[in-house]
Amino acid sequence: MKASSMTARTLDTFARMSIGRAFASGIGMVAGGFLILLVLVAIFAPWIAPFDYAAQNLMNANAPPGWPHLLGTDEFGRDVLSRVIFGARTSLSVSATAIAISMAAGMTLGAAAGYFGGFFERAVMTVVDLTWSFPDILIALIFVAIIGPGLTSTTFAIAIAYLAQFTRLTRAQIVRLKRETFIEATVNLGANPSHILLRHLMPNAIAPVIVVGMLAIGDGIVLEATLGFFGLGAQPPTPSWGAMMSSGTAQLFLSPWVIIFPGVAVAVTVIAVNLFGDELIRALDIRDRLRGA
Amino acid sequence: MLSVRDLGVAFGAVEPLSGVSFSVEKGETIGIVGESGSGKSLTAMSVMGLLPLIGGRITGGKIVFDGQDLTDLPERAYRKLRGGRIGLITQNPMTSLDPLKKIGPQVDDVARLHLGMDATQARARTVEILGTLRIPEPALICERYPHQMSGGMKQRIVIAMALAADPDVLIADEPTTALDVTVQAQIIRLLDDLVKQRNLALVLITHDMSVVAQTCDNVVVMYAGRAVEYGPVETIFDRPRHPYTQALIACIPRGLEETARLTGIEGTVPTVINYPKGCPFHPRCARAEAICATDPPDFSVEGDSAAACHFAEVAHAQPA
Amino acid sequence: MILRYTFLRLLMLIPVSFSISVVIFMIVYLLPGDPIDNLLRVGSSPEDRAELVAQYGLDRNLVIQYFVWIGNMFQGEFGQAIVLRRPVADLVAQNLPYSLTLGGLAFLFSSTVGMTLGTISAVVRHPVLDRFMRGFILLGSTVPGFWLALLLILFFSVNLGWFPVSGAGGWTSLVLPVLTIGFGGVALVARVTRVALLDAQREDFVTLLHAKGLSSGTILFRHLMPHALLPVVTILALRIGWILGGAVTVEFVFGRPGLGSLLIRALGQRDYPVVQACLLMLALAVMLGTLIGDVAQASMDPRIREKKS
Repeated sequence: MKASSMTARTLDTFARMSIGRAFASGIGMVAGGFLILLVLVAIFAPWIAPFDYAAQNLMNANAPPGWPHLLGTDEFGRDVLSRVIFGARTSLSVSATAIAISMAAGMTLGAAAGYFGGFFERAVMTVVDLTWSFPDILIALIFVAIIGPGLTSTTFAIAIAYLAQFTRLTRAQIVRLKRETFIEATVNLGANPSHILLRHLMPNAIAPVIVVGMLAIGDGIVLEATLGFFGLGAQPPTPSWGAMMSSGTAQLFLSPWVIIFPGVAVAVTVIAVNLFGDELIRALDIRDRLRGA
Repeated sequence: MLSVRDLGVAFGAVEPLSGVSFSVEKGETIGIVGESGSGKSLTAMSVMGLLPLIGGRITGGKIVFDGQDLTDLPERAYRKLRGGRIGLITQNPMTSLDPLKKIGPQVDDVARLHLGMDATQARARTVEILGTLRIPEPALICERYPHQMSGGMKQRIVIAMALAADPDVLIADEPTTALDVTVQAQIIRLLDDLVKQRNLALVLITHDMSVVAQTCDNVVVMYAGRAVEYGPVETIFDRPRHPYTQALIACIPRGLEETARLTGIEGTVPTVINYPKGCPFHPRCARAEAICATDPPDFSVEGDSAAACHFAEVAHAQPA
Repeated sequence: MILRYTFLRLLMLIPVSFSISVVIFMIVYLLPGDPIDNLLRVGSSPEDRAELVAQYGLDRNLVIQYFVWIGNMFQGEFGQAIVLRRPVADLVAQNLPYSLTLGGLAFLFSSTVGMTLGTISAVVRHPVLDRFMRGFILLGSTVPGFWLALLLILFFSVNLGWFPVSGAGGWTSLVLPVLTIGFGGVALVARVTRVALLDAQREDFVTLLHAKGLSSGTILFRHLMPHALLPVVTILALRIGWILGGAVTVEFVFGRPGLGSLLIRALGQRDYPVVQACLLMLALAVMLGTLIGDVAQASMDPRIREKKS
């Protein structure tokens, strides 16, 4: 109980101090502002989108950008802008959920490996390093191949693809902090190990992991789009940026806007995530700690 | 052979070095002494023409080498002097050799560059020089990598590099600081022998007054980027007139019975951004009076030596 | 010295390749349903089934099955493709050259262009150039590969008609795929080269190199570049796996044959013998990549050579 309140407090301080500082720079403000806007758009999609994302109108298929379809229509005459807006929902929620799962699992594994050491650590790290050396898209593909396409398996595939990253990073932090604080703490207080791990090591290890998690949401969005593009992610008629581009390839010559706009959405979102993440790293001054893992 | 007159160095708006003068002839050693941060290494970099490398520039004064002013020498001509007629020995032998290259080629470079030798001739010369520096099995050493050798051995390699083109002037910037005490003595003796055998002019930069006493003919004491006292070694040690010089000499341990009285100098060297007004040493000086905080002292010349202290006339009467 | 080092690294790969092969072997068993059905075409005769059981020892325990399987793999016996009804070995042999050409060219492209850009930006150090590099690196590491591929097709193939839209005929069909895969690689390599060169410039020994009278150019190419190459080689070696991964999407978009498109197709058709063979080949490439990286690094840095051997 104590541990969770402690973690919450650290997170709270973290949030107030560093996010504030990241916003303080010009780039940080633009990127952060865009991300907040995007989240709001995703949440209020039904009120913002000008059309029903699934409403087909074959009479008006492949219409170029103009009025009333600002970004044009696809091969079924569906409004591209509305689909991009609803696609933000899918992309953000799938990626964020996946990264949250990945982070929770990775931190648990990494903390346990770093803390207990010995055979357990070696076994965990061997498997983790193994997946680490494989491209994320391959790992996700294998996973989807085994349990079948869909948004749920996409979520888990993304979570597994980035698990290694969080495990490695958390372990590196814990090992480093153990070296720095463990002796001092035990000598001074005679405290028990789980107490040290949860109350002192985890909160300290958390900041870099959260920043990497933030950056990983960007990677997750790209991965979700890629799986969607292969037709292995969101199934019709659910709008997703990747799936939109997948169906668009057939119409590449006829209506390129069907591909261009969802791609712009992915690219701009990921760039904003990266810029804001960079500002966070600078604000927290943890570049060196990220390098070690 | 080499004479520096009123040298000033600036990095952007800050001026960490000003008014430094000294000169040295062949067969002589001049010591430049001071604590770290006093501008000794900057002096070395200025003479080597390497200030642009660290972002600095010369703001005034002359560096005259063999009758030629180096301050406005073009880079191409300067490259012929560097390593050719002026050799440099740096502080930390651990990091001063390229770790990815064998010892031999690193030394060979100098003879190939400045003496126009081919690879075989240059290697023969390298082996010969390593031999004269009392390095065992020089031919084998050439095939080794820097990380396979001790600090003292590496410093000898660096010295060999500086000597390979038979220079007229050798600048040694704290050549022994990073070494063990016994090795320190060997390297200092080696440098001293080289000056005599090869008729070199040696500029020895150090923070250790005892090294100066052993090897130098003349000495310049530096503090906060300026020379505060200079003159022949005997004079300076017999009658130090600047309180800072007196303090430095007092720091030399003189045998076992006196180690208990081993003193350091209180306070720290000011950094470039907060050089004090007036005499730069006044905040740490036991003798400072009101005038020291306001007026920079001029040199008070006495025979061959001079000290920049308002109380230079009386100071030596009562050494600290 | 370097041979011994290589040998030791090879030994260290044995446990790694063992674990990877076990994971790939297990895929068939992790799938829902009877593993033998997963390996058989729907509507196969009982004879087909018996033959498969005999070939893989499927009636015996898992450990023996694994060794039979890996033994077959070592002899190039990848089995029979379920959907395509051809020996998997033929399929792999047919597709591998395309992947190697594409991967090799993309690798060359990203390493040469990336190192050149990185070196220029480290040596010139101009604020405008810095901002340009920063933007380029950001784009290179964030833009999804398949989308970039589609944009390139749209612009160069559809609008300008310079290159074929898809397929693998002639060198023109390679230009856009290589650019697509190389783009991210160029950005990464440029960044690593730049940082490594700036770090190397700050080393103590550089002062002494100047003091020897060497010219800045000589110092850059003979002394600083080798130092900068150490981290670049590590990244490039790791990159081999990522280039093959990137090739998966790019081959698909450009409709090129290759291991990547073979894998995607096999995954879609649940043709597991093909999936297993493709994964094994890709894993092998990733491991070879890290091995090459380690050995290249050791051949450049005497300190590493000695530490590990």
